[in-house]
Amino acid sequence: MAFRGTAHKFGAHVDTDQIIPARYLNMSDPQELAAHVMEDADATFAGRVQAGDIVVADVNFGCGSSREHAPISIKAAGVSCIVAKSFARIFFRNSINLGLPVVECPEAVEATDEGDTLQVDLSAGTVTNMTKERSFTAKPYEPFMLELLDAGGLVEYTKRRLQAASR
Amino acid sequence: MGMTMAEKILAAHSGRAGVEPGELINVKVDLVMANDVTAPIAIQNFRRLGVSRVFDPERVCLVPSHFAPNKDIRSAEQMKVMREFAREQGCVYYEQGQAGIEHILLPYRGHVVPGDVYVGADSHTCTSGALGAFATGMGSTDIAVAMATGEIWMKVPETLRVIYHGKMGRWVRSKDLILHTIGQIGTDGATYCAMQFEGEALAEMSIDARFTITNMVAEAGGKTGLMRVDQTTLEYVRPRARRRWTAYEPDPDARYWQTIELDASAIDITVAMPYSPGNTRPLKELLGGPELPIDQVFIGSCTNARIEDLREAAEIMRGRRVAQWVRCIVIPATQDIYLQALREGLIEVFTEAGCAVSTSTCGPCLGGYMGVLAEGERCVSTSNRNFPGRMGHPKAESYLVNPPVAAASALLGRLAHPDEVASVAATR
Repeated sequence: MAFRGTAHKFGAHVDTDQIIPARYLNMSDPQELAAHVMEDADATFAGRVQAGDIVVADVNFGCGSSREHAPISIKAAGVSCIVAKSFARIFFRNSINLGLPVVECPEAVEATDEGDTLQVDLSAGTVTNMTKERSFTAKPYEPFMLELLDAGGLVEYTKRRLQAASR
Repeated sequence: MGMTMAEKILAAHSGRAGVEPGELINVKVDLVMANDVTAPIAIQNFRRLGVSRVFDPERVCLVPSHFAPNKDIRSAEQMKVMREFAREQGCVYYEQGQAGIEHILLPYRGHVVPGDVYVGADSHTCTSGALGAFATGMGSTDIAVAMATGEIWMKVPETLRVIYHGKMGRWVRSKDLILHTIGQIGTDGATYCAMQFEGEALAEMSIDARFTITNMVAEAGGKTGLMRVDQTTLEYVRPRARRRWTAYEPDPDARYWQTIELDASAIDITVAMPYSPGNTRPLKELLGGPELPIDQVFIGSCTNARIEDLREAAEIMRGRRVAQWVRCIVIPATQDIYLQALREGLIEVFTEAGCAVSTSTCGPCLGGYMGVLAEGERCVSTSNRNFPGRMGHPKAESYLVNPPVAAASALLGRLAHPDEVASVAATR
């Protein structure tokens, strides 16, 4: 799996309240949520983000609440993957479960500026900054996580497992 | 090699003699929870799994808490999805008026017991770890799978041990210990870790106070926070438990990722300043600086709205009035606590002091409703988070404190020390 897109850069400790504020948690439709994605971190983001774009962030991205609305809104906005120095635990889990690739690669984050073109290759475990012509090795995924992403997320993965067990 | 509490519980729930940090395992769960915000997405995914029944309706708890009682039509629709699913499946469901904040309600009503693996679609599920359970927050999709199969994948966490030596000073509460700890290690200081709390200060602490510490493990990025089962735990658990429990002790030769030793007697009243629970300062340093006038005080949330918290706040407010230009909102965590506060006369004390007292809800803690902040407003709160926009407008400010400090601040109209209350004239 590989993705290429424009980088949108965010700072450290971007929490789920900034990704999708609680005032929108009375809805769960992905497209409605996408209209407010990252609103309290950058109110212009939802209007600017293009399909395939890549979110780049500093440490502890997605800290705070367990709301799956956060990765749902990012995915529904068309973001292909997130590259950060590190992720908060529940956010990381939720993203993989949804089939939204999240990649830990501090060096790539350091080397990337807003608007750079990035290419992320999950199987090779690399993040390449095409604008700066530099390539970095990401923290490798456990084989199980790749299986989850390949299946399209935890629901599809579990469905297959349940079907296999009932055969 | 010996195991930590977290490792022992996970080993027992994955049918293994032992587990090691970093291993990916399949874990049997004892209890699954979702609330009105997270349940609708979990239910949607449950349906997608093609499963018709939850694995055990008595072990699936659905609790209306965040926007309950329904704050608008959209939240009412979400609430409806959850209650219809609960009816269809025969799940444990507490209706509005009998419920409250799930992290206080479920242990109080004996649904969580020591030794459990408890997964909930809310980050503060870790609160129940004070009972010696492996309690952890997850997202809605994880919870859908847990509801359907009674199992979930987990990575065995490293354990970060925190030892609180000594006794806490006057007006210092468990809230101050955990705020101070997060200030030391940072809001990602325990990421992917189980925290295991020990020490003399804990031994003397009530269950109510212990829950405040494990509650805020989420703010340190932790997966769960565990405390050993002792006499205090058993006195709480025995009359309520709906199932048999197991007390897991850490092995003497358990391996810890890190051990942090803190002297509780040296920890001061601590305040988390905007915009992070890790941005902590001792209260006395702030009182020496420019005055911090406030617009709102919130005494509530899964962190500090148990009966002990309300008693302390009421003791400070008794016979006094909330300062002019301050709104003070008091929300007991559950209906049981509300009733107890009513019987003890605490609701009367708050009402006479000029507080708005509400039925149980998470409401203002997450800027949901019942006390949302406007641009530039400043709030002193007993809750757990103060990120930008957490309690309302992104440019509002929240200061996280213990209940006596919140009550004193309400009376003085600024961030204040409980000892300053003597200067506020009693109304009778």
